[in-house]
Amino acid sequence: MMLRDIQKLLDAEVLTGKKSLDREITHAFAADLLSDVLAIARRGADGALLITGNMTHQVIYTADVVDLGAILFVRGKRPTESMLDLAEEMGIPLLMTSYIMFETCGRLYQHGLKGCIEKVGDGTD
Amino acid sequence: MEQIEERYPFYKTFHIEGGNFLNAGSISSQVKRILKEEGFPNHVVRRISIATFEAEMNVICYARWGILNLVVFPDFIKVAIDDEGVGIPDVELAMKEGFSTADERIRELGFGAGMGLSNIKKVTDEMLLTSVVNQGTHLEFVIHVKERVE
Repeated sequence: MMLRDIQKLLDAEVLTGKKSLDREITHAFAADLLSDVLAIARRGADGALLITGNMTHQVIYTADVVDLGAILFVRGKRPTESMLDLAEEMGIPLLMTSYIMFETCGRLYQHGLKGCIEKVGDGTD
Repeated sequence: MEQIEERYPFYKTFHIEGGNFLNAGSISSQVKRILKEEGFPNHVVRRISIATFEAEMNVICYARWGILNLVVFPDFIKVAIDDEGVGIPDVELAMKEGFSTADERIRELGFGAGMGLSNIKKVTDEMLLTSVVNQGTHLEFVIHVKERVE
């Protein structure tokens, strides 16, 4: 689905990357621990959507180094101005939704978005 | 091809300031850009970036300062990090997934889950970690490049 579909499904506010709403997003994953993000991205998460409640600059740097497609902040958490500046500079679209993480993931999954990997330890991680 | 050979190896040095959490990750971001511009394949850039990110965070979390050296050869990339800090008393234990000495501040950032060093091990081809308690830590890792994007 396109980033704009995700935005509509979750009634999300687009904070940066308004011009990237046509970006195709096929995979997603949810994590608050940045080491989890890095570990999942190990096998490739190019262009994936990261669903997170982690509100640090590091989540944006992390997204940059592993080439994520966008970051979606859940539970109505709003990034700081300097986080927005950093994301703008790095060209990473940021969205925020009031839905909790569980609802966010469920709604996206229901509409066909798949996880980057299914589980660890099965050789695909 | 000859021209490419002449340009290598090249290296770049970065200074890491311990405790500077705001910019944590910025060096990894620069390393990624350098390697992308050099035309290394995405999976190579991704692995180096992930390992560098974890290593950069370790210096910021546990050391007063550190130096990161990126060395780029046509067929392999090496990153070496030396820091002055608390060091690691038991390197083998520190390598275990889940083992962590991180404080609350580090955990609030979403780090300190005890996965960093094992993440580095998993994405690199060679890894060497040595440490002297209350002096510092030396970490280096290598990733081989099997193909290049021309």
